[in-house]
Amino acid sequence: MATKLTTPLSPLRNVFDRGMTVLAFGLTIVGILPLISVLWNIISKGLPGLTAVMFTKPIIDDGFANAVVGTLTMITIASLLSIPIGIATGIYLAEYQPTTRINRTIKFLTTILTGVPSIVVGIFTYNAVVLVSKRLFDFSYSAVAGGIALAILMLPIIALTTEEVLKLVPNNFRLASSGLGGSKFQTITRIILPAAVPALTTGVLLAVARGIGETAPLLFTALFAQDWADNLTSPTASLPILIFNLYNDPDPVKNQLVWTASLFLLGVVLVINLPARFLANRNR
Amino acid sequence: MREIHKPAQELETAIQVNNLSFFYGASRALESINMTIFKNHVTAIIGPSGCGKSTFIKALNRIGELEGKIKTEGQVELYGQDIYHPQVNLNQLRRQVGMVFQKPNPFPMSIYENVAYGVKIGEEKVQRSELDNIVESALQGAAIWNEVKDKLHKSALGLSGGQQQRICIARALAVKPKVLLMDEPCSALDPIATIKIEDLIHSLRNDLTIAIVTHNMQQAARVSDYTAFFSTDESRIGRMVEFGETKQIFSFPVDKRTNDYVSGRFG
Amino acid sequence: MSSPHNLSVPTPTEENLARRTRPTKTDLADRLFRYLMYAASGISVAILLLMGWIITGQALPAIKQFGLGFLVSREWNVPDLQFGALPLIYGTLGSGLISLIFAIPIGVAVAIVTSEDLLPHWLRSSIAFTIELLAAIPSVVFGLWGFYTLIPILLPLQQFLYTKFGTTIPLFSTEPSGSGLLTAGMLLGIMILPTLAAVSREVLLVVPGYLRTGSMALGATRWETIFRVVLPKAFSGIIGGVMLALGRALGETMAVTMVIGNAENISPSVFSPAYSIPAILANTFAEAQEDIHVGALTYLVLILFLLTLTVNIGAIGLVRLVERGEKSS
Ligand SMILES: Nc1ncnc2c1ncn2[C@@H]1O[C@H](COP(=O)(O)OP(=O)(O)OP(=O)(O)O)[C@@H](O)[C@H]1O
Ligand SMILES: [Mg+2]
Repeated sequence: MATKLTTPLSPLRNVFDRGMTVLAFGLTIVGILPLISVLWNIISKGLPGLTAVMFTKPIIDDGFANAVVGTLTMITIASLLSIPIGIATGIYLAEYQPTTRINRTIKFLTTILTGVPSIVVGIFTYNAVVLVSKRLFDFSYSAVAGGIALAILMLPIIALTTEEVLKLVPNNFRLASSGLGGSKFQTITRIILPAAVPALTTGVLLAVARGIGETAPLLFTALFAQDWADNLTSPTASLPILIFNLYNDPDPVKNQLVWTASLFLLGVVLVINLPARFLANRNR
Repeated sequence: MREIHKPAQELETAIQVNNLSFFYGASRALESINMTIFKNHVTAIIGPSGCGKSTFIKALNRIGELEGKIKTEGQVELYGQDIYHPQVNLNQLRRQVGMVFQKPNPFPMSIYENVAYGVKIGEEKVQRSELDNIVESALQGAAIWNEVKDKLHKSALGLSGGQQQRICIARALAVKPKVLLMDEPCSALDPIATIKIEDLIHSLRNDLTIAIVTHNMQQAARVSDYTAFFSTDESRIGRMVEFGETKQIFSFPVDKRTNDYVSGRFG
Repeated sequence: MSSPHNLSVPTPTEENLARRTRPTKTDLADRLFRYLMYAASGISVAILLLMGWIITGQALPAIKQFGLGFLVSREWNVPDLQFGALPLIYGTLGSGLISLIFAIPIGVAVAIVTSEDLLPHWLRSSIAFTIELLAAIPSVVFGLWGFYTLIPILLPLQQFLYTKFGTTIPLFSTEPSGSGLLTAGMLLGIMILPTLAAVSREVLLVVPGYLRTGSMALGATRWETIFRVVLPKAFSGIIGGVMLALGRALGETMAVTMVIGNAENISPSVFSPAYSIPAILANTFAEAQEDIHVGALTYLVLILFLLTLTVNIGAIGLVRLVERGEKSS
C-alpha cells in the first residue's frame, strides 16, 4: 500500500519553498526599483528646463549647446578611431587562426583592457596625449585628447563584440566561399561581414552609447569649457562633465541645467540602447 | 522470462490507468489509454518513435509538468489513489514513483551524495550511520556497490555511462519507491552495460514494480512480463494498440499493427 | 569516354609557372588586408602595455620614496606631503565589498527568477531586459540620483540605526551625514547589479534541464532543487560574475565620488565619509602641484590598475574553467 499521496509537504519545506519564491520576487522588484526611480527623477526634474534655447546657448549663458557639440565632437573622434580598429581586431580574433596562442593572448589582453577602470584610462591618456601634445604641439587639454580617451574605452568593447558576432556566422559560409576560390579577404569582406552587419551595428551602437555617457576619461583630457570651444585642440565641454562639475552648484539655474543635461544625456543613451539591446536579445 | 502462474485478474495492481488522454498545450498527444501495471512485475512499453511512450510514462509521476503547459483527462491511480487529484503532493508522488531517464543524469557531486540526495531531502531525519546503510544497500540493489565502494566520495561524473546509469537507479532506489519508471534506460549504453541493467531489472522485480520504455524489442521480450504496444497514425495522436503478457504480444499478437511492429515490418 | 587527349594537363612551361607564383591583385589585397588586421589587433595590446609602462614610470618617484609602506600608511596629508594609501584602499575595497553584499543576493535572485520557469517566458525576458537597462545609465547620472534621491532615502534609516545601535555596534557608530561608505557601497551595488545578474543568468541557463528533472523526480521541491543542484552546478560561473562585477565596482569613479563623502578616513563605521582611489583621482589629480603629490596619485592609479587586473584575471579564469567544464561534460 502506498503512503497517502495527499499528505501535504511538511510545513518547514512548504514554508521554505514558498518563502524563497516570495523572497526572490521581492529582491527582483528591489532590483528594478532603482531604474524606475532614476528615470522618474531625471524626467520629472529635467523636463521643466528642457527648452529650445538650451540647444543654442553655451553653458555660460545657461544653455548646454557647447556641451552637446563637445560630446558629439568627441564621440565622433572616438568612433572614427575605435570602430575601424575595433572591427579589424575582431576580424583578426575571429578569422585568423583563432586557436593559436598569439591569438588567444591578444584576446586575453583585449579582455583585460575592457576591465581597466575608466579613470585609469583618463590618467593614462593625460600622460600619453595631453602632456605629449603640450610639449610637441603647444596644446594640452583638447577634444582630440578626450576623443582618444573615449576611443581607448570603446576599442576593446567593439573588438570583442565583433569577434563574438563573427563567430556566430555559420562556418559553411566560409567553406563555401573559399571552396569557390575566394581569398580570405574576399570571403571576409563579401560574405562574412555583410552577414554580420546587423549584429555588428548593434554592438557598435552599444559601445558608442557607452562612450557618450563616460565621464572619468574626459576629466583630465578634454577638461571643460563654459563657452564654445575654439577648435579641436582647445578644452572642450561635454554633457557628463557638465553634470559632474555643476551638480552641487548653489545657483538654481545651474542646478536646473544639470537636471536638464542629465535628461538629455540619458535620453540619447537610452534611445540608442533600447532598440540595440532589444535587437541583440532577439537575435540571440 | 519468469513464468506467470496466476491469471491477470488475481494479480495486485500497482498503477491503474483509465481513459488517460494527454495534451501538450492544445495538441493531443495521447488518447484514451487504459492499462494496468501489475505489482512486482515488469511492464514494457514499446512502439514507434513519437507515439507517446515517454509522454505516457512521464504522466505516471507527473514529471512532464515541468516541461510546460500540459493537460490530462482520465485517471491514473497508484494503489487506488488518484494521482491527478488536486490535493496530491507531487513531491510525495514522485518519491513513490521513481524515474530513470534515457540519458544518465547523475548530479555533479560525489557518488555517495548522489545516492543520499533523495533521502536527505526527505521528511524524516536520518542519522549518518543509517544513511550510510541506505546508500550501501541502494548501491548493492543497483548492482554497482562492488565497483564503487572504494570511491564513494569521488565525483559520479567520472564513471562510465553504464555505471552512471546504475548510480541513477541506486539514487532512485534509495528513496524506496513503489514503482520505478524507466525511459529507454539503455539507449545510451553499450551492450555489456545494457546486459547489466537488464539483469538488474530482473532482480529488482522482487520488491518493485517496473515500467520500462524501450525501442529494443529483444529487450522488451527479455525483461518484461507484460507489454503494451503504442502506436500513432497521421493524426499524431498516440494510442495503445494492444496490451498483454509479453509472451502473447510477441508470439500471438491480436492486432495486425502489433504483429507488423514486433516482427520488424513496421513503417 | 572522351579521348585521353582532352584530359591532358598543359605541360608546365616557364611562363605558366611564373604566372602561378607572381602575386595577382587579389593575392596582394589578401595579404595587405591580413597585415592590416594584424596591426589593428596589436593596437589594443600596445595600449595596455603602454598604459602599464607609463603609469609605472610616472609612479616610480613615489614608489621609490614611499616603497611598499605606502600600502599600509594611514596618513594622506597634502600640505605636509605625507602620502599613505591605506585610507583610499580601505574606501575602495570597503565600498566594493558593501556593493557585493547588496548586489549578490539581488543579482542571483534576478538570475533565478529570469532563468527558472517561475514566470511566463515573456515576463522573464522583460525583467532581464529591464535589469540590463540599468547598465546603460551613465555613471554620472547614477551619481546625481544617488546624491539627490538615494541619500535622502537612506539618511533616516541610517539615523535610526545610529540612534538604536550606535553605541553597541561599531559599524553604526558615527553620526550619519548621508554621504559615506555605506551609501557609496549601496549605489555601487545597484550599478553592478546588471553585470552580476546577466552573468549569473547565462550560467544558470546552461545548467542542463535534466539535472533539474532528475532532482524533482526524486521528490525535491523547486527551491530544494535550486539550492542543492542548480546553484552548486553554477557556482564557479556565478563567482566569475561576482568578480567581474567587483572589478567594475572597484574602478567606478563618478557615482562614488558624488556620494562617498571624500574624506581620507578609516573608520569602523559604515556611516563615516570615506574616499576611494578613483574618487580622489577625480577630485585632486588635476590640482596636484608637487611632483611627489602627482607621483603619489599615480602610485594609487597603479594600485587600482593592478587590483582590477587581478580581479578581472580571476574572473576570466573562472569563466574559462566553466566553459571548459561544459565541453568536457
Ligand atoms: N514538451 C512537449 N511539448 C509539445 N509536444 C511534445 C512535447 N514532448 C513531446 N511532444 C510531442 O508528443 C508526441 C509524443 O512524444 P514522446 O516523446 O512521448 O514520444 P516517444 O514515443 O517517447 O518517442 P521516442 O521513441 O522518440 O522517444 C510527439 O509528437 C512529440 O512531438
Ligand atoms: Mg521517448
